[in-house]
Amino acid sequence: MGLRGVIVLVGLMGTTWSFNATTIRPEAVSTDTFARPETTEETTEQKGAVAEEEAVEDVMATGELNPSHYPAQRAAKVVQHYLNTRYGSPYKLFGLKQVQSGNAEDVADSGRKYQLDISVHEIISDTKENCSAEVFFPRGVKQLSPQVQVSSCEELLKIDANSEEEALYQQYKTNKTLRTEKRLPDSYGHIDPEMTPFWHLGIVASSFIMLNESTENTLYNVAQVANITQLTTENDQLKFDCHVLLHDMVSQEIPQWKMLFTWSPAGGVKVLHTEQLPHVHDCEKHPKTN
Amino acid sequence: MLSVVGLSFAALLLTVGALTLESNRAEYDYYKYHPMDEISSWMVQMEKDHPDMVTMVDYGRTYEKRTISLLKIGLKTEAKKKAVWMDCGIHAREWIAPAFCQYFVRQILHAYKTDDKMAAMLTNMDFYITPVLNIDGYIFSWKDSSTRLWRKNRSPGPSGDCYGVDLNRNFDANWGTVGVSSNCSSNIYCGTGPISEPEAQAVAYFVGSRKEDFLCFLTIHSYGQLLLIPYGHPNFTASNYDELMTVGQGAAEAIWRVHGKKYTVGTSPDVLYANSGSSRDWARLQEIPLTFTFELRDNGTYGFELPEDQIQPTCEEAYSGALHIIAYAHDKTFNGAAAAAAATLWAVLLAAGVSGANLM
Repeated sequence: MGLRGVIVLVGLMGTTWSFNATTIRPEAVSTDTFARPETTEETTEQKGAVAEEEAVEDVMATGELNPSHYPAQRAAKVVQHYLNTRYGSPYKLFGLKQVQSGNAEDVADSGRKYQLDISVHEIISDTKENCSAEVFFPRGVKQLSPQVQVSSCEELLKIDANSEEEALYQQYKTNKTLRTEKRLPDSYGHIDPEMTPFWHLGIVASSFIMLNESTENTLYNVAQVANITQLTTENDQLKFDCHVLLHDMVSQEIPQWKMLFTWSPAGGVKVLHTEQLPHVHDCEKHPKTN
Repeated sequence: MLSVVGLSFAALLLTVGALTLESNRAEYDYYKYHPMDEISSWMVQMEKDHPDMVTMVDYGRTYEKRTISLLKIGLKTEAKKKAVWMDCGIHAREWIAPAFCQYFVRQILHAYKTDDKMAAMLTNMDFYITPVLNIDGYIFSWKDSSTRLWRKNRSPGPSGDCYGVDLNRNFDANWGTVGVSSNCSSNIYCGTGPISEPEAQAVAYFVGSRKEDFLCFLTIHSYGQLLLIPYGHPNFTASNYDELMTVGQGAAEAIWRVHGKKYTVGTSPDVLYANSGSSRDWARLQEIPLTFTFELRDNGTYGFELPEDQIQPTCEEAYSGALHIIAYAHDKTFNGAAAAAAATLWAVLLAAGVSGANLM
């Protein structure tokens, strides 16, 4: 049989399995000081030290970031909210496509700055572009909003939705008045085509709140626009009152907000007033329904 | 003459009757969201339609005393079988998850007839599929538009003025340490103790008493387009982390090939947030080697209210991903045995050949 047989044998041995060695997790690209790579045995009792909880949440990544890990993802989401506040409209809505690279550094004692290369998606025209952005999360006793700067995103922002925006604007300035009957989207994910531009508008207006409320420990999306009511046009701006439900992925909560905002093709969205509604407590007992 | 006419007429009536029955029994629409009573009826129907392969098993009760059931699916054999676990709807508002479990059941029951691989898997393994685990929560989320975004179960809090425990923080896996709240009002309230909740107990008892049989444990959620591997606690690393990452990435690749959707693979603390008490972590601690949390579509545009026209593509891609993991688990256990046998044979032959012959 000879050498060939030996090689075949070795090859066969290699394909058999159950490699149960304990594995040390590869060091994350970022210099994450807390999460040391550690071996673990499956049968160890859970070491439930509550004290660890605070330490785990405080230490954040610095240096080069893994683009698919949460620090870069959360910072990039803030950029999405920023873009929507500045450039969003009933016919223009931005989504985060991907984070290509990221970097974070502490800025003295004042906060942390992220530099990101991301690809952004304008959802309605289905256009994508790469952008660079900087997000600064200030640290302080009073919670301050993050600051965002975006560069090299010009093509995306030049997308022309003027004719649709103008048509909608004229229609609702003079002829029609909006009052939504159903939530957007409804429980089945459905939105009436006529309501879709107002769903977009609700998301854009919500982006002001999501931007203001964002920290390194939040990840906001709009869960649902509960209702939008059109008020009397003021200074050539369409004016709306709306109630939105946000979703913070990190806490899994659904904060609810009421907003007063205006919109016109020329003026974009301007938020006049926001008010967070109290956490809905489910007090009454519910009869069992079979 | 009259009796012949009578017989023909009777035959005609019977045929018409049968045809009417056929067309009245509408095909179950897998691409719509179904309320709990329809899902329960569907489960009963699945068992009726495939009595040789499907058994409905009741394995627990919810807080509101509803029966928690799964479908056990497999080809009956004499040999000892391994098992695959899949649960959906542990979080009430994640409606796409139960839709996927139902789709998965339908797919495997269709596939095995023509697909040898599936037939082999159903011969060697039983699939235990729970379409809705958090039944009380799911029913509550259907109550009206204001309850649609409910997440937890429906057990009352300690003082009775708040409801619900996050079942995916209630399992005995680093319980109560990180990514939880001890406040009953919170959506990540972990309960009064590990597996304090009857829904979590049901899973723990059923799977726990059969843990050596299980090759993989898949728990289906939305949204976020993620495949999460253990552990949720940042200080714990699974002994087979590399394997989990590799298999996870293979699954993400399979998902991407279906409709181009990107799913990120990693531990919760890396790609999402730290947490404790998840069913996935508990399953891994039971030494079930391949445990994954699926977070299905989308990335936040529609979030929990995923449009019904996305049910089909989401299910198709998730099916591909799940199958990648299940096939890997199967092949590792069953083909691996064949390879080991072959290796032993070669070793014996080699030993016989070497003694008294040159290696070169």
